[in-house]
Amino acid sequence: MDFMAEMKVGERGRFSLRRLTHMSPMEKREARWGLLFISPWLIGFLAFYLFPMIISFVFSLLDFTLSSPDEATFIGLDNWKRMLFDDPNTWITLGVTFKFALISLPIGMVMAFMLAVLLNSEHLMGKNILRTLFYAPTMVPLIAAIIIWQQVLNAQTGWVNRGLDAIGINALGASGLRWFDNPSLIYISYTFIGIWGIGNAILINLSALQGVPTELYESARIDGAGWTRRLLNITLPLVSPVIFYNLVLSTVGLLQYFIVPWVLNNGSGYPEGTTRFYMVHFYKQAFNFQNMGYGAALAWLMFIVGLIITAGLFGTARYWVYYSGERE
Amino acid sequence: MATTASLKQPETKIDKKSLDWRIAKRRRDLLNRSALTLLAVILLSIYLMPMAYGIVTSLKSKAQVGDSTAPLLPMETVLFEYEGQQLGVYTLSLEDGDRELALLRPSRNSSVFLDPNNLEAGEITWEGNWRQLEPVREFAVQWDNYSRAWNTIDFARLLGNTLTYAIVTMVGTLVASSLTAYGFARFRFPGRNILFMILISTIILPPAVTLVPTYAFFVTVLDWGGTWWPLIVPQMFGNAYNVFLLRQYFLTIPREMEEAAYIDGAGPFRTFISVILPQAGPALTAVALFHFFFAWNDFFGPLIYLAGSRDQNPITVGLTEFNGIYSVEPNLILAAAIISMILPLAIFFMAQRVFIQGIVITGVDK
Repeated sequence: MDFMAEMKVGERGRFSLRRLTHMSPMEKREARWGLLFISPWLIGFLAFYLFPMIISFVFSLLDFTLSSPDEATFIGLDNWKRMLFDDPNTWITLGVTFKFALISLPIGMVMAFMLAVLLNSEHLMGKNILRTLFYAPTMVPLIAAIIIWQQVLNAQTGWVNRGLDAIGINALGASGLRWFDNPSLIYISYTFIGIWGIGNAILINLSALQGVPTELYESARIDGAGWTRRLLNITLPLVSPVIFYNLVLSTVGLLQYFIVPWVLNNGSGYPEGTTRFYMVHFYKQAFNFQNMGYGAALAWLMFIVGLIITAGLFGTARYWVYYSGERE
Repeated sequence: MATTASLKQPETKIDKKSLDWRIAKRRRDLLNRSALTLLAVILLSIYLMPMAYGIVTSLKSKAQVGDSTAPLLPMETVLFEYEGQQLGVYTLSLEDGDRELALLRPSRNSSVFLDPNNLEAGEITWEGNWRQLEPVREFAVQWDNYSRAWNTIDFARLLGNTLTYAIVTMVGTLVASSLTAYGFARFRFPGRNILFMILISTIILPPAVTLVPTYAFFVTVLDWGGTWWPLIVPQMFGNAYNVFLLRQYFLTIPREMEEAAYIDGAGPFRTFISVILPQAGPALTAVALFHFFFAWNDFFGPLIYLAGSRDQNPITVGLTEFNGIYSVEPNLILAAAIISMILPLAIFFMAQRVFIQGIVITGVDK
């Protein structure tokens, strides 16, 4: 009876004290070696993840400025209250971050998927070269990419506006397309910069597409399904796990969006506060003003928001993400 | 005889028909292929256009970059030296066709020109506003933008800082990640699955949530502000992506050789070094590359920890400061940006196979 119960627990690989105390010397030896091997990560996890996270929460309950660490005082939930109710910047910057994410995320994901479909096509010639070249911009260091886009989108001298002007669109001049000065264009410009980083998403989509069994397409073709039908009813469901993976990673990444606004305008929020992202707000509080307590509260809020979004995404996954080997 | 002939007749007909059909199909295929490839090439050109812009602009003179009517390629207006003066050369349409003449005395209504090829002809007077004339330009590439950018930004020092950081942490993360990955791949111990789940979930943990106390500790307790230590030390313990990738790879290595090593009396550590590591070349290379690119791009850490000590700057921070200060000389900024991408792009093109496999493994297996 006991033996059976232990077997079941063991099968599922669950942690149990019973297993620990009932281990044979051989098993103990193996467990010791295993823990020894993973100890670098385990120590790092405790020292640089778990412990700082807890301390970070403690910090959020303090009035603590780094320049005068001795004057740190416990103020309870005052930082949280200020963050959630008194500081309008919390919600403004979160709003900016979400707004940008809602624009750039779908564009980036659709482009990555469509480019992968194109690069996977049996009719395409020079596949390997094209794949390498489509990936190359992702290898351009982000700061260099930002600088190049900043110049190519220059309202007067950039090739984008000069090109548009050449085909008869009035893009140059004061009434033209001012990519980085116009609040209603700014997210599109930032999305352009982001599109140079979709190489990994393309690759992952591509390898998922290569895993779709060709018999499925053939039988669908016999049933009279056209290209769009096949794409929507076969390809999309079968690569949905990969799309889900990209979605989660991009969402988490966008929550921490910082470098582009920082390089372009030093976090000033120009134009009209449209680029005052949450991470910029956090950076200013924590590192410019050295306000460790309030900074920690902002960081914790970001963690909670991220957790809610990720949990939400995982919650919706069972309605649209298709796992073929769904038995475990 | 007659029957065989009548039998053969339709057969050849079918052959011819199917041949026609096959040719038609091949033609259609070729058309499809060309159309699709053309589409891909057009999209690629649009996608890479900013890169071309960056390279071309980095080779222009400052004056040309600022001029929105100047030609797209790097050009210089032609000057003619005459009695110690630099004269601009313009295209004039005269009765005997277009001529390129040097402007000696400009004036709004009538200007005096010289023919650079035929000075004996003397002064040529031309009626009209010289400002409406098209200056003569010649192809002129400003290679020295690159050396100027390199020196102004002190690229050698930035490169030294970045490379030191990248290589030291690369070795650290390779050692720690491969040990951890082997532990997860081969040994059973209580809590293994839970710990592995925790490891994977650190991927979606925003670094900000651990940053504030870590920063306070490094800067006030250890007094490491302005040094690379706070950036190097945390990377000596492996990270989720690398451990995951290496574990997936170790799982594919057959156990027989390890068992043979055990029978020969080697301990787990010895086995790891002499049996597993030599077989894990591609995965280790992929991790080394990932880490190199990560370190090359790292921005936030250096920004906060090295604030105020410019000598310590990596390329990313140095380039950002340069971009802020030299905004009137976009050609130099672009030259510096292009210098900063040469090494990563070169490494990528040389090692793309291993690199791409690594991305696919981490992305698809999860």
